[in-house]
Amino acid sequence: MAGNIWIVAEAWRGQVSEITFELLALGREVAGQAGVPLEAVLLGSNARELAQKLGAADTVLYADNAALADPVPENAAAALAQLIKERQPAAVLVPLTNLSVDVGVVLAAQLNVPFLNYCKNLKADGGNLTATCVLYGGKMEATVTASAKPAIIGILPGARSVEQGRSDKAAAITDVAVTLAAPKVHFKKYLDPETADVDITQKDFLVAVGRGIQTKDNLELAEDLAASLGGAVCGSRPVIDQGWLGLSRQVGKSGMLVKPKLYVMLGISGAPEHVEGMKSSQCIIAVNTDAAAPIFNVAHYGVVGDALEVAPALTEKIKARKG
Amino acid sequence: MNILVLMKVVPDVVEELEVGSDGKSLDTSFLRTIINERDDHALEQALLLKDKHGGKVTLLTLDAPDIDDVLFTALAKGTDRAVKICGVESVQSTQTAVKLFGDVIAKTPDLLPVDLILTGVSAIDDLDGLMAAPIAHQLGWPYTGVVTHVTLADKTATVIKEFAGGVRGEYDVPTPAVLGIQAAEKPPRYVPVAKVRAAMKSQTIETVDAPAVEAATTVEVQQMAKPQVTGHAEMLEGSAEDVAGKICELLAKRGLL
Repeated sequence: MAGNIWIVAEAWRGQVSEITFELLALGREVAGQAGVPLEAVLLGSNARELAQKLGAADTVLYADNAALADPVPENAAAALAQLIKERQPAAVLVPLTNLSVDVGVVLAAQLNVPFLNYCKNLKADGGNLTATCVLYGGKMEATVTASAKPAIIGILPGARSVEQGRSDKAAAITDVAVTLAAPKVHFKKYLDPETADVDITQKDFLVAVGRGIQTKDNLELAEDLAASLGGAVCGSRPVIDQGWLGLSRQVGKSGMLVKPKLYVMLGISGAPEHVEGMKSSQCIIAVNTDAAAPIFNVAHYGVVGDALEVAPALTEKIKARKG
Repeated sequence: MNILVLMKVVPDVVEELEVGSDGKSLDTSFLRTIINERDDHALEQALLLKDKHGGKVTLLTLDAPDIDDVLFTALAKGTDRAVKICGVESVQSTQTAVKLFGDVIAKTPDLLPVDLILTGVSAIDDLDGLMAAPIAHQLGWPYTGVVTHVTLADKTATVIKEFAGGVRGEYDVPTPAVLGIQAAEKPPRYVPVAKVRAAMKSQTIETVDAPAVEAATTVEVQQMAKPQVTGHAEMLEGSAEDVAGKICELLAKRGLL
């Protein structure tokens, strides 16, 4: 394959994001199959010590520029576009996070190539890259060849384990220079979440509600169940968008990452964006009317049924058992 | 203050999806489609801005079954102008949708100028790209995605973008700009059926012919299939009472009660 495999490292507020290591693990495999080096690209300002954590790559291309200190996608995309033109990689793997996805789509637009989205696996076979992409909320997978040069590929969280991408090896860092114009979009400040009434990340028992809960009034059924377990209620994106639960209760891509002992899901289909936030729960029980809901591929126990009937029945059983 | 909203429909995943006979795409014979949920939020955000600042909201869509109902509903909600791009087959490539929208925006009289173009940040069928960034690039306008709040003042949109863990970021975006909307500040508004019927009688949907655009060629689907299941939940069957009892036993066995 002509050209190296690149991963775009995500560094945020002084830390390397875990998904960076997942991409390093996947990129390592793909580079091995293609017989080319794996390179990580880290963009930042005074962030050289973070580059040292990326030893799983053969080389770390580190661009230090004051304009890369804040999360301004057009700056990051402009920097990457310069480096890509100079160094001609075969593929650029971009984390599919809210932070990095804009970098990927702006970069693809600048280079006039597609942004291959929702990729959960990638292989190099001869000169071709074949990606497996998750579509329709997890209900279908497409096997796709990406022949653009370079292929800009958005990688879903969880494509590989974080541990696979960590390395004790000292990173071989190459400093690279980028020239950036003043951006059109101006980053002003971070808005940290307001102190929540309940910290769902600290709860052992969570009852999660989704679109299947149908109305705000039905939240009471979930609250009763959570109370019987000694836990709290959280939700997926549609419930938050409806204003039925506050932002601090959102689990998933934009929300919280939770790992409770028990995660009971009422009417949640299991879109990848939600699964990302709860897949490490110790015991997952899903109740959904759709027998083909992707969540049944993730949960430990499943019930095809109406969450509005199962929830109150379960609450009564738990109360009776606990006395 | 004028806003253009771009909207498309996507398969309704509440329905069972099947692979078509070519093995590379969805079987569209019984496919039900719905508005891309994020586009619905983009429309709501546009209407909220209109409520606050006045101006006009124009909705531009690709033709699809039942799209007229969607457009009349939007008109009943307060959209000023509804335009559909006709003569398009089922568009299964976001790159192609971008080319269609981009070409129509550039060539249709009176769609521009606007202060903002809003569209959903993503859709469940966005295999080969997202809509907003390439549209912004074509126009040479600034772009910001994953947006949940928009405030307009003096040729600047101050927007809030979501990151992770409940953390968000505030940005100033000079207008005109393209924004990828994650969620509107309020849930999409409800409009009574009577109002939609009234819109059907009193308002019209404009049509423009789809321009000839080349289909995207650098992403080629080799195969589409339902996910291969590596693990599956142990399914509990019976009445609600029965499964509640079974769950209770399981929890007790795991020391969770």
